[in-house]
Amino acid sequence: MGIMVHNPGLLTTVQDAGRFGYQHIGMPTAGVMDFFAYQAANRLVGNSSGEAVLECTLVGPTLEFTEDALVAVTGGDLSPQLDGMPLPMWESCLVSRGSKLSFQGVRSGARAYIAVAGGIDVPLVMGSRSTYLRGKLGGLEGRKLRQGDYLPVGKTDGRPSLLRVKPDCIPDYSRETVRVVLGPQDDYFTSEGIKTFLNETYEVTKNSDRMGYRLTGPTIEHGKGADIISDGIPLGGIQVPGHGEPIIMMVDRQTTGGYPKIATVITPDISLVAQKNPGDRIKFAQVTLEEAQEIYRSWMERLDEAYEPKPEGKRFKVTISGHVYDVLVEEI
Amino acid sequence: MYERAKILPAGDSNAVLELGNEISVAVHKKVRAFFLALNKEPVKGVTEIIPAYRSLLINYDPVKISYRELKRSLLELEERLEAIELPSPQTVVIPTLYGGEAGPDLEDVASYNNLSPEEVIEIHSGTDYLIYMLGFTPGFPYLGGMSEKIATPRLENPRTVIPGGSVGIAGSQTGIYPIDSPGGWRLIGRTPVELYNPHANPPVLLQVGDYLRFKPITKEEYARIAQQVSAGNYSVTTIGMEDD
Repeated sequence: MGIMVHNPGLLTTVQDAGRFGYQHIGMPTAGVMDFFAYQAANRLVGNSSGEAVLECTLVGPTLEFTEDALVAVTGGDLSPQLDGMPLPMWESCLVSRGSKLSFQGVRSGARAYIAVAGGIDVPLVMGSRSTYLRGKLGGLEGRKLRQGDYLPVGKTDGRPSLLRVKPDCIPDYSRETVRVVLGPQDDYFTSEGIKTFLNETYEVTKNSDRMGYRLTGPTIEHGKGADIISDGIPLGGIQVPGHGEPIIMMVDRQTTGGYPKIATVITPDISLVAQKNPGDRIKFAQVTLEEAQEIYRSWMERLDEAYEPKPEGKRFKVTISGHVYDVLVEEI
Repeated sequence: MYERAKILPAGDSNAVLELGNEISVAVHKKVRAFFLALNKEPVKGVTEIIPAYRSLLINYDPVKISYRELKRSLLELEERLEAIELPSPQTVVIPTLYGGEAGPDLEDVASYNNLSPEEVIEIHSGTDYLIYMLGFTPGFPYLGGMSEKIATPRLENPRTVIPGGSVGIAGSQTGIYPIDSPGGWRLIGRTPVELYNPHANPPVLLQVGDYLRFKPITKEEYARIAQQVSAGNYSVTTIGMEDD
């Protein structure tokens, strides 16, 4: 069982939860940008939580399944289609041998996740299947997918039940508010600087990628200079270099750095940042550490409980005045 | 060095354990002792630790341990650090071809400091550098101990690609780029030795707490070592403290 890559899309990589335990030697964790969408995708196809999936960016790939498979597409809506018919997101879908999954363009968000029952079965490197592009390791030969690639898929036992994510648990990627805990180096900024950071609106620039999101907006005033003695950078750490504009550090971030970090994005909102595109706006809102940990714990619970059986029904392709509609008929 | 460690929150799942606000051998040793102690006696819920010059970033699972509990465990551990013995350091010898294509900025570093290129090489290779930390990219060593006599500011226009193995100077720091990366360091030489190989175990050559010595080599030696490296039968010379 495997997947043929007919068209790789813009930036499609194999990712799992990340490569942990090697940051002390300078190895970035890599891994999925949107952890919620990743976990959900794996759950929908009955995978255990650490399996590898495909992360697609903006322009999705065209893939062919060499055997019947159970797949799920989650994350940003890049308009997935199966053999030319819209494929519903956030639910388990059976696809038959020879079917082609393709994408028509971004409707919302930036990154979609494709999970297949059995997981993408590339070799583990340092305990992870995640692709770290700069380090040229993990995933498929340490690189993004290319036309003609073949991705092996792991074995599955039995066919799990068809699920979907409860509609009220599907993330709203249009939200502009990103919650942060101040620190660890908020004392490097004036109170005016902190006010600017928390009250103004910032815009995502084109120089944003898996390493970091560079934002532009009102300058944040430093109080003690823009250099610290280099130290470890947490996921979501917000560095403010001398130019005064924030950079949110993401999964491919360097492990250490010498700019002061005014605040840290709470873990659940990393998934939201991961789905932002250049030009999108971000407003930071402060929460206390206690609130952040409470939000984290309920988010982890939601990750576990966000599923329900997929409603039974039949899908029809209906053409009305030249427009093709995908219609689901359910029993009520 | 602080009298007691400072612990700062860094979001919901990380804390910074800060031991001082200077780069010094004393703070470095305490960072290492903490790192070893945390590996020997893991604190419940702690998932990963990144040691740096004067602090450690502690990644933890807030479902398993609260910030307050974590803080208490770390401060308790601090009381017992003196019992931790640091392994005796080794000096790793890095063969380096200075100047020419391998080190296109050697002449500039020399003229900036009113020295001859030979003098720059002598000073740069005449010191053992302490490896304070690894970070930035896999296997990149943050070295301490470079002579101010050869300190040179970064390039105003950084290069877009610096080949892996390049040895450079930035201000009063020196270092080696393990992988091709953009950067503004002044390049004075290159080593054929791999600092990072994702398929080796361990994947990086250097270890925090050891010392590094640059040894000038000729073009011919460079070619020979490069060949051995690609054939997988080169191993670096290390000098133990006792036989030095």
